[in-house]
Amino acid sequence: MSGTAADPRLLPTRQAPRRRLQLSWSDPRFRNIVWQLLVLAIVLGILWYLVSTTRHNLAARNIATGFGFLDSTSGIPIGETLIPYTSGASTYARALLEGILNTLKVAVVGVILATILGTLIGVGRLSPNWLLARLTAIYVEVLRDIPVLLQLLFWYVLLQGLPAPRQSLRLGSAVFLSNRGIKVPLLNWETAHSLALLAFAVAIVLSVLWARHAHRRQDTTGEAPPVLPVVLGLLIGLPVIVWAVFGAPLTFDMPALHGFNFTGGGTITPEYGALLIGLVIYTSAYIAEIVRSGIQAVPTGQWEAAQALGLHRGRTLRLVVLPQALRVIIPPMTSQYLNLTKNSSLAVAIGYQDIVSIAGTILNQTGQAIEGIAIIMAVYLTISLSISLFMNWYNAHIALVGR
Amino acid sequence: MSTTSEVALATAPLPARERPPAGVVGPVAWGRHNLFGSIGSSVVTIVLGVLIFYFFWRFLSWGLIHAVWSVPVAANPLETAIPCRQVQGVGACWAVIGDKWRFILFGRYPYDMQWRPGLCVLLFIGLYVISAMRRFWRKELLYIWIATLVVIAVLMWGGVLGMEYVAQDQWGGLPITLILSTFGLAFAFPLAVLVALGRRSTQLPAVKFLCVGYVELIRGVPLISLLFMASVMFPLFMPEGLNPDKLLRAQVAIILFAGAYLAEVIRGGLQALPKGQYEAADALGLSYGQKTAKIILPQALRLVIPPLVNTFMGFFQDTSLVLIIGILDLLTAGKTAMADPTWTGFSTEIYIVLAVIYFVFCYAMSSYSRGLERQFRRAHNR
Repeated sequence: MSGTAADPRLLPTRQAPRRRLQLSWSDPRFRNIVWQLLVLAIVLGILWYLVSTTRHNLAARNIATGFGFLDSTSGIPIGETLIPYTSGASTYARALLEGILNTLKVAVVGVILATILGTLIGVGRLSPNWLLARLTAIYVEVLRDIPVLLQLLFWYVLLQGLPAPRQSLRLGSAVFLSNRGIKVPLLNWETAHSLALLAFAVAIVLSVLWARHAHRRQDTTGEAPPVLPVVLGLLIGLPVIVWAVFGAPLTFDMPALHGFNFTGGGTITPEYGALLIGLVIYTSAYIAEIVRSGIQAVPTGQWEAAQALGLHRGRTLRLVVLPQALRVIIPPMTSQYLNLTKNSSLAVAIGYQDIVSIAGTILNQTGQAIEGIAIIMAVYLTISLSISLFMNWYNAHIALVGR
Repeated sequence: MSTTSEVALATAPLPARERPPAGVVGPVAWGRHNLFGSIGSSVVTIVLGVLIFYFFWRFLSWGLIHAVWSVPVAANPLETAIPCRQVQGVGACWAVIGDKWRFILFGRYPYDMQWRPGLCVLLFIGLYVISAMRRFWRKELLYIWIATLVVIAVLMWGGVLGMEYVAQDQWGGLPITLILSTFGLAFAFPLAVLVALGRRSTQLPAVKFLCVGYVELIRGVPLISLLFMASVMFPLFMPEGLNPDKLLRAQVAIILFAGAYLAEVIRGGLQALPKGQYEAADALGLSYGQKTAKIILPQALRLVIPPLVNTFMGFFQDTSLVLIIGILDLLTAGKTAMADPTWTGFSTEIYIVLAVIYFVFCYAMSSYSRGLERQFRRAHNR
């Protein structure tokens, strides 16, 4: 009976005896505390010095601190707006919000396009076709070795060098390229379209549910219900049916030349176009390298093993290779998305009004330098953190589960 | 028995070496395999070939055949570019480079003293080449760096040895780009080593917290916001009367920025080092300083040289952002040259030349880093 009690596995884990902190240089813990206090004292000292001189300087220049200026009306004209804004009537806060939205507009579209283009280029580099592989390799090398700001300026000059509206280049009958930007037809938005969008959201939810059900079914019975046809049918069919039921409206607001400029249609301004093209092309070169190394990181044995199991090429890629490649790809991809977002701040050089540009104008108009820069930094830190958190969640989601 | 056949084999004349069948080697076979391997591949080859030929021909015709290489100087400066304007859109105007290259490279540095920034550029390149040679990877390299940077400062400022003093606001062009990136690296590197070590320390939570905060804060915001901070906020930080010039402020911003990124690269090296190295150093009874300086850093830094070169290449490109706060670096000098009323409308030519200059520097760095990585991998796998 006493044998079980003496079993060391049942005893509480033994811990090293805690020694008393000794006020002597030979005690490492004491040394560590002294070092940390020293570093903290230096850092706090510098901070205190900076704050006190800044306060002194601000007082000397009669600059009031605080974010009160946000509520006063701004006289900043903003060319591209996503939400209603009038210069001279809206507040500075509204102008900043407009800037944030413009930044997000470039970042979100840019991330999506750069991912698509980068993946294509990266796969192209692995092509057995020598010409394609060389060409994509040159693309990657050249674009990575030229500063992104230079590329943006170059694209901007190119877009501005397009002919005037009257001599504009036409793509088809409804798209015009001119130095005022790219004019495209816009769909006249009606209730049916909103409902179709809603139906699309419902279809996504249904698709996820169906995929889960199919997965469970395969796990339990071994037979795999069709997933792709059902999902495609849901995603396309449901919105189309809803749209048709509500009268299938389909009219476009066409751009048309009147005098010296266009009326109607939607515009992609040269500033937005140049920024988007520049960022997408520059970032795609980095993404291509990430995709290439990700695919190459999957050992050939994985392909062969999948073949030996009788999986055909598509399923091998989807079920065996891509999930493993993604694990290598996701972390560096996250930093590229962050880079693209941060690089969108270069908009200020070509006159696209993103958050940096608008905060910079506010800073010049009001003299609120510290607040303006604090706002810029806060916005980017928030965006960076959100992207990091999302990608970390996704990375954890697809990570290898250790057993 | 077997010996006789072996002898027979050994003495038998070697069969004449046969050429492989024509379908396996040679350019035709290579082409069939690499360019026309399948129907899809053939289509890709033909489409790409046509496109390449078309654009190459267009570029050749614009940049070479119909290009204007030089123009006579007209009495009215606005008329100088007339021969160029006649071919605009059809041929390139390289005459703008012939007229402006000194300004693009050296900015507003006094014309007859531009040999000094020119020599500085050569010194910078020499410094990079020496740092790239593994023969020089020892303590003496540090002294070479300090000496070269001092010589460069003397050459740029002058005021001694019979050289005339040139104020810093007259500097410009390529030397500014090289100064910002090289001095940035030289000062950011020690900072980065300290921060990386601080971030790794488990015994000093307060220091670790500070280092993590610094790195994440800097990496979360774009360089532009730091440059803005340098140009509008630094004057507020400084006591009255002490107003560092714009270049120095931008340099401080770049150092702070580079420090955070380099610290992450170095931390990668510290993490990649096997734990046994740390434990062995502890077992020898080395102090923290000895352990770090003699065991850990020499190995960790060696591991991260290729990514360090890549990061440096990034800073070299990022210095072009000082355009936004109006410092006359290479890109800004190019943009200023484009604004010259004589040469308006020829910005493409200038952008191409700027791109080529940046490309040459960056390509040299990236191919060096790739070669080094290959060497290291080979040494590691041996």
